[in-house]
Formats: sequence, C-alpha cells, structure tokens
Amino acid sequence: MYGLKSDLVCDLPSKHFSVEDYSKGVARWCPGCGDHAVLNNTQKLLKEKQLDPAKTVFVSGIGCSSRFPHYMDTYGFHGLHGRAFPVACGVKFRRPDLDVFVITGDGDCCSIGAGAWIHAIRYNMNMTVMLLNNEIYGLTKKQISPTSRIGTVSNTTPEGSIIPPINPIQTTLGVSNASFVAQTADWNPAHMYETIKAGFEHKGFSFIHVIQRCPIFQLSLGKELATNKDVMHYMEHEDGITVSEDIAKTFKHKLSHDPTDLSAARKLAMDTDKVFMGLFYRDENAPRYDEYGASNLGYTIEQKEAVLDAEFDKHAI
Amino acid sequence: MVDSVEVKEMPPEQNSKAVVIGEHIVEIVSDSGEGAQKCGQSFAAISAKMGNGVWTVEIIPAEIQPPARSRAGASGIRIRIGSKKITNTGNEADLVVALNEQVPYGRIDQKAYHEGTIMLIENKWRTDDSEYIRNQYSDALVDFKNRGYKVLEIPMEEECLKIVKNARKGKNMWVLGMLVFIYSRSIEKGEAQIRNIFRKKSDAIINSNIQLFHSGYDWAQENLDFQFDIPVIESDEELVVMSGNEALAMGVLASGMEVCSMYPITPATSASHLLAEIFSKSGGLIHQAEDEIAAIGFAIGASYAGKTAVTITSGPGIALKTEFLGLATMAEIPLVVIDVQRGGPSTGLPTKVEQGDLLAVLYGQPGAVPKIILAAATIEECFHFVILARKLAEAFRTPVYVLSDTNLATGQQPFPRPKIKKDWFAPPIDQSPWKEDVKPYQWDEKTGLSKRPIPGQAGGQHTVTGLAHNRNSQVSYIPEENQESSELRSRKFASFQKTLNPPIINGKEKGDLLIVGWGSTLGAIEEAVGLAQKEGIQVSSIHLRFMSPFQPGLDDIFKNFKQVMTIEINYSDNKDNPQFTSSSRRYSQLAWVLRARTLVDVDCYSNVEGQPLSPNRILGVIKNKLGIK
Ligand SMILES: Cc1ncc(C[n+]2csc(CCOP(=O)(O)OP(=O)(O)O)c2C)c(N)n1
Ligand SMILES: [Mg+2]
Repeated sequence: MYGLKSDLVCDLPSKHFSVEDYSKGVARWCPGCGDHAVLNNTQKLLKEKQLDPAKTVFVSGIGCSSRFPHYMDTYGFHGLHGRAFPVACGVKFRRPDLDVFVITGDGDCCSIGAGAWIHAIRYNMNMTVMLLNNEIYGLTKKQISPTSRIGTVSNTTPEGSIIPPINPIQTTLGVSNASFVAQTADWNPAHMYETIKAGFEHKGFSFIHVIQRCPIFQLSLGKELATNKDVMHYMEHEDGITVSEDIAKTFKHKLSHDPTDLSAARKLAMDTDKVFMGLFYRDENAPRYDEYGASNLGYTIEQKEAVLDAEFDKHAI
Repeated sequence: MVDSVEVKEMPPEQNSKAVVIGEHIVEIVSDSGEGAQKCGQSFAAISAKMGNGVWTVEIIPAEIQPPARSRAGASGIRIRIGSKKITNTGNEADLVVALNEQVPYGRIDQKAYHEGTIMLIENKWRTDDSEYIRNQYSDALVDFKNRGYKVLEIPMEEECLKIVKNARKGKNMWVLGMLVFIYSRSIEKGEAQIRNIFRKKSDAIINSNIQLFHSGYDWAQENLDFQFDIPVIESDEELVVMSGNEALAMGVLASGMEVCSMYPITPATSASHLLAEIFSKSGGLIHQAEDEIAAIGFAIGASYAGKTAVTITSGPGIALKTEFLGLATMAEIPLVVIDVQRGGPSTGLPTKVEQGDLLAVLYGQPGAVPKIILAAATIEECFHFVILARKLAEAFRTPVYVLSDTNLATGQQPFPRPKIKKDWFAPPIDQSPWKEDVKPYQWDEKTGLSKRPIPGQAGGQHTVTGLAHNRNSQVSYIPEENQESSELRSRKFASFQKTLNPPIINGKEKGDLLIVGWGSTLGAIEEAVGLAQKEGIQVSSIHLRFMSPFQPGLDDIFKNFKQVMTIEINYSDNKDNPQFTSSSRRYSQLAWVLRARTLVDVDCYSNVEGQPLSPNRILGVIKNKLGIK
C-alpha cells in the first residue's frame, strides 16, 4: 500500500540510514580513479550493515586515497603519512563499541608506514583495512612506490625502476598472527563489495588489498590489468568470498583455494604473474589485542582511588 | 653541612655515645649486579621511615654488565640524609662503602669525595689469587690515603661466607647492617625493610638476608671505633617516599588516564614498570608500541576516541614523536607527553642528567605549535603535575608536556602523603548527543577554546585533519582562514597564562643577582642561594614550573635585579673562553628563551657533565658572577 515496496514495511530500526547518511561532499579524486569505487562500495556496505555513523571511525594516512574519510559522514581521522595504523589501533584499544576502518595507500602502508603495518597485522585488532594500491605515489605526482613493478618510469626513476616490488599479500601472509588476507580490484565492484563485506564480518585485522587504477600516472598499467582476462584468477571455496554466478562467469580462470591453508595461500601470493581474487587466508582464532584493550573497562573512580590509596600505603613512611 | 669527620677521637663505648651530626652523604659503589642500589635504597627508606630528610641518586654505568673492577663500571647509589628536609644530592660524600678498590675511581673522576671522606673497602682483594689484583689493591689504598681519605679495610666477604656459600648474593644486606650500626638506625626497621624487599622470595632467602644484616651490624659494633647519629625531625605529617618515576606513574593513575603508550627508553622506562604493576587493577593499560612514533600515534588515537592518554619518553623519543606532536596541536587533541630528560644530543648520556630538551619540546615542530609545558622541580611535583597536565590537556584541547629528568627519575625523596581528591580522576567519556549547531572547532573568539566531539556522540561526526581546516574541520586553503585558525589556536595559551601567578621569589625582591632555574636543580639552587644570602650576598632566585607559556610578571621581577642569570644542566658556551664572542656565544636553553621573551641580557651558567649540580658549585658560580672571592 501507499506504493511502498513490501520489504520496506517490516521491522524498521529506530532510524534507518541511507547511503546519503554516510556520504559527505563530493569526492575530489580524478575521474576514473579507483578510489571512487572503494568509496561507493564502502558506503553501500555501511548501509547494508546499518552502521551507526556516530560509532564508525575511518582512519587514514596521507595520499590521494587517504582523503577518503573526508567523504564519509562518520567520524574520521586523516592523520599523518604512514601512521594510520597506530592511530587506528589507539582508537580501537578501549572502544570495542566503535567500528574502525583504515584506508591507506601503497606508499602510506608499504613504504613510510611499513613498520607500523607489520605490527598492526600482528596486533590483529578488529578493524577493516583497505590498501588502495595504484602502484604509484599519486598525491606527490608520480614517484615510484615500493609496489611499483620493475621498469616503472616515474619522476624519480626516468629510466625505469630496477628493484622488485613489495608484494603486499605475500608480506602480510608472512607476518605472524595475520588473520584475514583478501584481494580485489576496483574494476570489479561486485567482487569488491563482497570482499569488503567479508573483511568487515571477520573479527580481527582484515587486510584487503585493492588493486586499482590511476588513470593519470599509471594509465597503461591499469588498462592492461583491467582488460587482460588471462591475469585474473577467481579463488573459489565454500569458506571463501563468493560472488554471484553472473560475476563469477566473467572470470576466465578459476581455482579452488581453501582459506585455512596458509602454505597454499603463501604459494599463490608468490605467483606474481597472476592476480588471485578473493580470500587467501582467514584464521578466526588468532589472538586479538583489542580484546586485551577492552579487558578492564569501566572502573569507577572509587575503585581507582582504592588502588592509589593502597599504593600510597606501600610508599608510606 | 658536615666538615671533616674526626674518626680517631670517637669515644670507645660507641653505642651510647654516637656523634650527633646534622647530615651525612653516603655512597655505596660496586660492580653492577652486586646489589648496591638495593642496599642504599633500603638504607634511605629506613632513614626516611625514622623521620629523616633523605635524597638518593643512583650511580648508573651505561652498560648492564660493564667489566668488573673498572672505573667506568662504578655502579651504586648516593644517599644524603639529614635532620632537616633534604632537597638535593649535596656536595662531596662523607662516607663511602666500596666493594672493590677500583670503582671509587669512577667517582673520584666526578670529584665526589673530599679530604676526610671515610672509605670502607672490601678487603678480600688483598689476598686475591691474582698478583695483579693484589697490587692494584695495595696501590689504590696508598693512593686513597694520599688523597686524604680515611680508609678502613672491611672483611665483608669473609664475614658473609660464614653465613652463605656465595657472598656476592647477600653482601649488600651485610653492608646494610653495617650502615645501620654506623648511623644508629633502628634494627627493627632494618629487618622490616628486608622482609619487605624480599616479600616475594622464600623464607629461607629472607632469613639468610636477615642473618647477614645482623652479622654486618654486629661486626661493625665490635670492630668500628666510631658511630654517628642523625636526629630526626619530629612531625605528625604522614609522609610517602618514592622516586620521581614512581611519582609519575602514580600521577598517571591519579589522573584517571587509562592508556599509557610508550616505547622503552632510559631513564623514562621505570615509570612504566610501576605503572604496569598497578594500572590493570585500576582500569588502565600500558601499550608497549613498536617505536616512539607508533607510541604517540596510539596515544593520540586513544585520546581522540575517549579519555586523554599519555605517552612517556626521553629525548630521542621526543625527536621521533615530532610530527605527531604537531598533529595533536593542529587537530587539538588532548594528550599528555612526559619527557624524562637525559643527556643529549643523539644517544648522548642515556643514564645521566641533563635539562637539554626544553628547546626541542618548545620549538621542535615545524610551523606554529603553541603548547603548555610544565617542568617538575621535585618528586612531589612529578606526581601532581601529571594530574594537572591531564586536566589542562582537556580544558585547552591540547598536548601538555611534563618535563622531568634523570635526577628526579631515579632520586628518592619523602613528601607529604597526597590527600586523594575525586576530581583528579578523569570523568567517564561523554557520549551524550552533540548539539547540532555546534561545530567541531567552535573556537571562542576571545579564548580560542572549543569543545571536541568524541566518537560515539551522535551528530558530532567530522574528520579531524592535520591539514589547515576551518571550524567544520573541513580542509581549507583560504588564506584568511589559516591565519585566523592559527591565531585562535595560539589564543588558548594567552588565555591560559592569565590564570597563572607570577613566580615566587626566594629571597629579597631586589638585589645584585637573580638566579633563574627550572626542573630538578631547585633544591641545590635554593641551598646555594641560602648560603650566599647568609654571607651577605644580595642574591635571590626564582624557579619556573611553567615553561610555556611562562608565568606572568618576569619583566617586573627582572627589573629589580642588577643582573639575571640562569643555572641549568645543559650546554652553553663558556663566555670566558675568547673563542666565543658576544655574537657567537650560545646560551643555555632557558636563557635563550628568557632573553627573547624579556629583552633582558640574561646570562647563564650550565654544563653537560651529566651530574646533578651541587650547592657548592652553584655558590661558586654566584660568587664568580659577582666578583666575590
Ligand atoms: C612525512 C611525510 N613525507 C612525505 C609526505 C609527502 N607525501 C604525501 S602523500 C605521499 C605518497 C602518497 O602515495 P600513496 O600512499 O601511494 O597514496 P596515493 O596518493 O597514491 O593514493 C607522499 C610521499 C608527507 N605528507 N609526509
Ligand atoms: Mg599510491
């Protein structure tokens, strides 16, 4: 009745959030930049999950991609280059009630923030991390990043880079206590959506590597990746990340991979000729530092006074 | 002050006729790992518990296990005890217990002893298997006597071996027994102290240590022909005794902060050790981060999302935290930063005292980064300033720095037991809905103050950023907006200064010389100024607790003195050296700032010898400055 679709009538929460409730302003990334797709899919997920914007925090570093929180109508922390992880971990430490997302770029995460990245993986705090890897420094205008492949011509490597890149999946899988490692690409929004969703649903540090295009500084690379059907491989498994049959059909290559098999995941990650889409690895039981952080919340002032008083007793003359 | 001690003229019936003295400085020096510090701390605690004024300072070699029997390896403790309140480590030591004859040289290099200093030396080296060591021993004894020390050889090892198989474990308690006799301390308090320090150990260990303690006491009673007594101050006031780092830790607990994020660094780390013991039982946690950058980032994240957090570090850590310190100011995130200063630059003198970080914290970040800096001058202030810092950080939405140093960190001093107040503790996190029409940076035009929305507050959503931003926290490149927001961020500190009183002058309001100090030198400066005043010298002093913004009224105070100089423990060019001209001379850190602030020709005395300044040294500086012989 009243022309409403029937599924809108039942069981409305006290406030229903629409995609608009999560978005703010107009994203100022270049047209064709992969960041837009991540933003749209993330907003869609927040709506799907009906996350309270007041209890959602997006933390980022510095870079084109790290502008992300400014386009979310949630709480946001656009901090320092390479330092999103320590801030996000600090946010989550005593706030189990907040949903924390981290947005970082390939320079932000794998170069200046590499130390913090390794440790954040190890802390395994419950947060959803998206590494927006365009294999280039966008904001500072085309310098190589540690993920740029050999031969990348940039403003600091006019004759092409010569050192093999860091492989973010391989690196993350190499760190002890890694608990969720997945990969997706900006030109496959449906797959990306399912990946972000699976990451969000995982209780722990969900590391999502988003391969994405920079139409300004990595135009041909992006074209090659998005169109070469022989590169992309869809990882199938009942415990993995599943897309609809229509989307699955678009992959020329498929393979079965069990996301509990760490050695198999590492082997796949090292095969750099191919891009494997989906879930490499998930461990639901990895120890979580945020559980430790939330282990002694809510002490009253009286309880604190008592401990202080007892400590003074110990030092009393 | 004690002049030379006349050992020989002591009456024979020691026990009843101990020589009454006003104060004494005792040092215990040894190789690392021989327990000298535990012995000295116990001795200090016993004395403090009896009601004496006490100040201790640790003598720490830079390595954990430096070569045995070497002057660089001198490890131990100095304890100054007196009938009156003791505010600093004093001048030369009056009595030294040395567990070998080489380690005193490390202290002699520091001019720690005077003619007449009593030296009680372990005598086992006289009969050592190695001829080289035997010779070293006898040479040193001759040398010590030539230097005018009163040397007594003590069979410490021999006596301990009567009780335990390995004298290295427990000799310190034997020495404690000896000292308890020498200074007429209470045997009961001594025993209680041993029970307390070994409370986590087995009865067998406690008993053997108590036996050693009695053995030391009895041996001294039978064999020494001198004894002292330092009468106690009668007071009903309840006192507590602790180190500056312990006071910082307890201050963190008392402030109600719940997150301390740190990376280990000498001399700051031990604050986190005590905190780790008591924090989790009181609703707080320590996070040991992967480095100092992550430590402050984590603290900022925790602050942003809830209660103000604290990060504790020392100079090299401050250097690493620089970028985040700027962000916290720019984004107006409350934060407490504790800097327990050590010798710099670079790795510098990790275990030694210096007040070398003032300019780094004051000006270390690029751009305009106004801030509040508190400098604790006593161990008691280490406690109270952390509580104050947390409140100021929230009220002014800013990082607040608390400066301490090695001297305070490792020193021990009794102070009145603080009466706990409920309003010290941070209130629960505000999660009430944010008022819709209030912006995330609703800067008050007059004061620059604004209230911060905390995640979870419905309607307060915004993205903090280190980029220039407007009241809505939106990135702004508009010229006027950056000018305005910078000014408003600065205005907070002008507002804060209006709440402060001018510093209190120690001495007359007018005179020939005003000494300006800050931090741990308070006791030594005031003692020296007191001595000078007694000699009729027209000198006064002030001691700054607020380093940024300064307390008001400095110009008015300075006007009434013919000369003004700072005394600090950091580097300055010696103006008597002709290599340095008036246009090239580099001043000590506070002097630079005061010169700029007041336009007064403020002079300075400072050094980087890594030692606490002694009252005698400062007295010499005062006289030299005024041309008095
Ligand atoms: C300490 C510091 N160093 C350097 C910079 C300059 N800088 C800003 S973004 C950036 C690289 C960004 O690359 P990436 O992380 O890949 O993000 P993208 O712009 O490609 O999304 C650099 C070097 C900075 N802001 N801070
Ligand atoms: Mg990039």
